[in-house]
Amino acid sequence: MIKKWRIVTFFVIILGLAGVISQTVMGTAKGINLGLDLQGGFEVLYEVSPAEEGEEEITDETMQATVSALNQRVNVLGVSQPNITIEGENRIRVQLAGVENQQEARELLSTQAELSFRDVDDNVRLTGQALQENGASVGFTQANNPVVTLSLKDSNKFGKVTENIINEYDSPNNRLVIWLDYEKGDSFREEVQKEDPKYLSAPVVDDPLYRQNIQIEGNFDVQEAEFLAEVLNSGSLPVDMEEISSNAVSASLGEQAMDNTIFAGFIGIGLILAYMIAYYRFMGIIAAVTLSAYIYIVLLIFNWMQGVLTLPGIAALILGVGMAVDANIITYERIKEEIKTGKTILSAFKAGSRRSLSTILDANITTILAAGVLFYYGTSSVQGFAVMLIVSILTSFLTAVFGSRLLLGLWVQSRIFNKKPRVFGVKENQIHESQ
Amino acid sequence: MNPSENKRSIPFVKHRKKFFTFSVVFLLAGIILLFTAGLNLGIDFQSGSKVEVLANDTLTADEVEQQFASIGDGYEPDEITLAGDNNELAYASFIGTLSQDEIAEIQTYFGEQYGQQPNVSTVSPQVGEELAMNALVSVLIASLGIILYVTIRFEFWYGLASIAALMHDAFFIIVVFSIVQFEVNVPFIAAVLTIVGYSINDTIVTFDRIRENMSFKEEITSFDDLAEVVDLSLNQTLVRSINTVLTVVFAAGAIFLFGGEAIRSFSFALVVGLVAGTYSSLFLASQLWLSWKWKSIQRNWNKPKKEDTEDMEPEV
Repeated sequence: MIKKWRIVTFFVIILGLAGVISQTVMGTAKGINLGLDLQGGFEVLYEVSPAEEGEEEITDETMQATVSALNQRVNVLGVSQPNITIEGENRIRVQLAGVENQQEARELLSTQAELSFRDVDDNVRLTGQALQENGASVGFTQANNPVVTLSLKDSNKFGKVTENIINEYDSPNNRLVIWLDYEKGDSFREEVQKEDPKYLSAPVVDDPLYRQNIQIEGNFDVQEAEFLAEVLNSGSLPVDMEEISSNAVSASLGEQAMDNTIFAGFIGIGLILAYMIAYYRFMGIIAAVTLSAYIYIVLLIFNWMQGVLTLPGIAALILGVGMAVDANIITYERIKEEIKTGKTILSAFKAGSRRSLSTILDANITTILAAGVLFYYGTSSVQGFAVMLIVSILTSFLTAVFGSRLLLGLWVQSRIFNKKPRVFGVKENQIHESQ
Repeated sequence: MNPSENKRSIPFVKHRKKFFTFSVVFLLAGIILLFTAGLNLGIDFQSGSKVEVLANDTLTADEVEQQFASIGDGYEPDEITLAGDNNELAYASFIGTLSQDEIAEIQTYFGEQYGQQPNVSTVSPQVGEELAMNALVSVLIASLGIILYVTIRFEFWYGLASIAALMHDAFFIIVVFSIVQFEVNVPFIAAVLTIVGYSINDTIVTFDRIRENMSFKEEITSFDDLAEVVDLSLNQTLVRSINTVLTVVFAAGAIFLFGGEAIRSFSFALVVGLVAGTYSSLFLASQLWLSWKWKSIQRNWNKPKKEDTEDMEPEV
């Protein structure tokens, strides 16, 4: 008795998958941002000068500190892999790939991000030094307006500052003006007249505030609030950066890098699929389907993450393909072994799937553990590699274990292959029915 | 229970001492080689000079290379990157610092060619060095994590043997690169990391089979008992090991052949690492586990005896 509906279900799934993939794969592939090595990007050359006049000269250490602050700003997700280099004594070259809004990227880079609290006469009352590291976040008021919440190192200090303001100024001048990147010559009294003042906000202080957390309520939308929290968290730049030039840069691996890699990738994947089908026959076809789905899903997830694909990422993808194929091979070899012991196709499939699962699980968890450590401790390329590896392993587990099992199960359970071990690459004389 | 007890099984354990000796000799020779010949470090890991050539028209990497060649011998850029909206700008990087005379020569030449004297600046290898250091430290920490996980899921000796195989594979690539003197750059680090991931996956799959077969064994009474389990497991997983490495070699080999000049050393490192990884999981990792496990079993046998004698002593 052959259960035809299972085979029909199989073809419905395959057709559905093929439909979705063929309709969207080009868009997905094109939507992926490629890294500096593969496609190039844009670069900005900055000249660095001391943040305040009269300060000591730029040293090697300040340059290094600036580079690491920049790295943190750009690398929020660990997937953009910028290239930041020090050139000569006081220049920093920043190369970025996959940036949609260049203007915003520039602002993010060059903003000094020095927060200051001043009175209405522009005297400094509190500097950004008082902020806790990584203490900025975006919140909402009851009226659903975005605010930036800051944590202070010392609540007493802020209390004193507000108390002084109340003692020294009468209404309406009892204000604490919050500035981002106050420059010499900026004046609250001038700015307050303008429609779009330069300071962030100027709340009126009625009572002394002995608090650790303060909120900045300004005239900003959610995006601006997020931007502010982000730059405050990644730390202020110890220097002033002036843009000297900006340029488009082409792929550092050469103009043909991307085309070559894609071409080679297609050949490699084609060979893998052909080999799998030749060796595992029918099960190889299932492997080919799940591998195609695997590659598609990895690209889709990477696209959602807005990751930047670089050569290390491709290396991780290759490893992922290897592990996905490996999961298939482990399962199929196990099923073949079970068939050879004389089990029926159905029970061989069940036993083989069950036994191979723990093997695959242990191998995958160990590798993901290593990838997790690389992500946590790694920087730029190492981190980019780790992100792609984690995405790849999780996806391969989904497609090569569950996908493969589902699709193969439909056929096996339809009973169409009962007593046909050759479909699975097992010859009749290899079966020892003694056990 | 053990289905593939066919006669064509390969005696992996029998020749283990030869493989151990070969690997130890190879790795020792590798250490000597690293200290003498060293690695051919690219611009990512060495300080150098960067020449910014600005032309009026679109430039190509080949053109820039030819221009430098026609200045005189020794002007061979290590890396050329194009920039500008129409690629009218080229950055040519040289390993080592250019002397004042050389800079003057380059500037005059390009000044005549394109009407503009190129900027020359020094570049530091800081980014590449930091990355290599970072990769090394991360892999070491990851190794500790792997040992911990494998100890919980399997047993300590499996963990130690898998790390030994992993270190072997990573070091193997580095030694081969010292022999062939291919350039070591940032993509090379990515290749080594890939092999580290592959190696651990490969070893764990074999160990899983050993663990399973160990559970079928009632008791281990001799070294041969243990060796039999290892041989059986390696033979059972042999087809899988070969098929898996073949498929990955297809991918890495395709990139090696068709991926272009720039990533040839990257894909070469991958292929070398895959060979090393397969060698270590077939001929080193399980055999190492076998030796260590056997010693620990023997220690366990000795322990109760000692306790017995200690217990006896007061009565004497």
